[in-house]
Amino acid sequence: MTTDYSSYLAKKRLPHLWCPGCGHGIILKNLLLSMAELEIPREKALLACGIGCSGRAGDYVNFHRFQGTHGRTLAFATGIKMARPELKTICFMGDGDCGAIGIGHLIHAARRNVDVTAIIPNNMNYGMTGGQFSPLTPVESLSSTSRSGKAEPDIDLCHLAVVSGANYVARTTAYHVIEMKKMFTRAISNKGFSLVEVITPCPTYFGRYNSLGNAPEMMRWIREKTVPLQKYEEMSVEEQEKFFWRGKLVEKNKPDLYTLYWQQERGIDHRA
Amino acid sequence: MVKNKKNIRFLQGNEACALAGITAGARFFAGYPISPASEIAEISSLLLPQRGGIYLQMEDEIAGIAAVIGASLGGMKSFTATSGPGLSLMQENIGFAIMAEVPCVIINIQRFGPSTGIATQPGQADVMAARWGTHGDHGIVVLAPTSVQECYDLTIEAFNLAETLRTPVILLTDATLAHLREKVVTKNDKELSIAARKKPERLSEDYHPYEPGPNGVPVLPDFGDDNILRVTGLVHDHDGYSTPQPKVAGDLVRRLQQKIESASVIMPKPKLFGSEDPEIVIISFGISARSSREAVNRANSQGIKTCLMQLPTIWPFPEEAVREKCSDAKTVIVVEMNSGQLFREVRASGIQRDKVLSVNRTDTAVITPEEIMNAIKEVVNP
Repeated sequence: MTTDYSSYLAKKRLPHLWCPGCGHGIILKNLLLSMAELEIPREKALLACGIGCSGRAGDYVNFHRFQGTHGRTLAFATGIKMARPELKTICFMGDGDCGAIGIGHLIHAARRNVDVTAIIPNNMNYGMTGGQFSPLTPVESLSSTSRSGKAEPDIDLCHLAVVSGANYVARTTAYHVIEMKKMFTRAISNKGFSLVEVITPCPTYFGRYNSLGNAPEMMRWIREKTVPLQKYEEMSVEEQEKFFWRGKLVEKNKPDLYTLYWQQERGIDHRA
Repeated sequence: MVKNKKNIRFLQGNEACALAGITAGARFFAGYPISPASEIAEISSLLLPQRGGIYLQMEDEIAGIAAVIGASLGGMKSFTATSGPGLSLMQENIGFAIMAEVPCVIINIQRFGPSTGIATQPGQADVMAARWGTHGDHGIVVLAPTSVQECYDLTIEAFNLAETLRTPVILLTDATLAHLREKVVTKNDKELSIAARKKPERLSEDYHPYEPGPNGVPVLPDFGDDNILRVTGLVHDHDGYSTPQPKVAGDLVRRLQQKIESASVIMPKPKLFGSEDPEIVIISFGISARSSREAVNRANSQGIKTCLMQLPTIWPFPEEAVREKCSDAKTVIVVEMNSGQLFREVRASGIQRDKVLSVNRTDTAVITPEEIMNAIKEVVNP
């Protein structure tokens, strides 16, 4: 059975501006499918985006939409959620947006356990500005600002979110759509801070610089480079360097910021 | 209003700002500790939860103003308080609030700068940072209190203007006023005129959230309302969808400036003290206007016809009122604790440029009435 997600989609805004072969559309569709499955009312849903390719997702949805400044989405969302705790809030932030300029806010949103779902489409570079490397670009990869290979190591945002205190953390790819939708549904359903990273193809820049072929070839590359978490953990460190893991890192039920705040302040919700 | 003992308080400037914010309806504060503004955060953290409000201490000032903007979009009147270094960090998001038309109040307790400067000493050098600190063409409202009573009154005014115009409003006080204790007559919300946020009534599919309403101000829903809100810092059309069209960009930026300029009439007017037919007009604001007022009293008692024009609204600059008051005066003296930030604006207001003089200090010391008197005497007996 196909879930009808059309009421969430701003059809008159299509076609979208993402390049052919970009995975952002796949990720957005699976988010909307997951929302339809959870039957979230349009007026009780918010898509909060940052800046960059992923930041444009908000132009294609037909429910509450926020697009702030580069990297600050989770800080804005923290304020929104304290004022409107009932809003199902999805923060859609790319690897540069969330992993570079916004990484401080990621740590603190996870620490506070703000009740939002962070979706990180990770295309491993800054696509909107022409394919510069990001903190999530794998070491030695080529990009428009690392023509001889990226010298800096990359960072795993998922493990960072876990140690920062997130309730739910998982990673998948734009190829594994069934798993992606399931993870989105789990993440949105779980109160508190949830994060799902989705490794996604950018054939225009990352793929081209690193000779990964056209869009289908890059999708195949992502599939072949990814292994389930358990298998990854059984690998040697040298072997692990050649692969991305995918799977769920954590699923907990710690109380979220809003609940904790009012528990502490006199133990009651004055607004209730 | 009948004054009773209950509403006569002995407060410092920062206390007055915090209490006034809550009286004006603020139910959300987010910020980051900084001298000399911290009392506003401390008092908010104590009082807001008792009124169903939220205090959040964020990871930096960028996150502080971001959370304020977020909560405001969720329907809560929101504010933050900071000082120079924090104001610098907030600038990008202040521009966002201007572009996305999000009401909020930023209380900036000016301290000596640039950079870390002297954290506990006053300055008045954020006049231009408040006006032009964020990039791009824009209008902004900046108010400057002179006493603790005005800290109270103008904070309420700041919230009213922010909500009425859907824009950030900056209140510029300074390290002296912040910790100065004075008598304040407080009011409750029933004694005051408190602006409530206008919201669209009609729920319809052809509703255009960013269609300019009366006076160029759009009537927007909050996040979570039945009417759908789309907010972005990108140039956006009446539906809130982004567009790079030159006409939309031009119209939007022009409207954002005009809605502030045309609202000058509802902003606090310059206050005049001293001679009604002055030879010398002193223009000042904030703590410097206190010394100026004393100097004006002394000058008039010595037969020098002098007037103080105190500016509670710095931006938009009350150009017309300044021109009107100063065109017949022989000399205009601008008194401020900076290198002449307001002086340049007065000179550009259309009055004869070379009759505008400056009395300024940039060394953390508050300008004294004697210094201003010396300047007045020099004009009279060169």
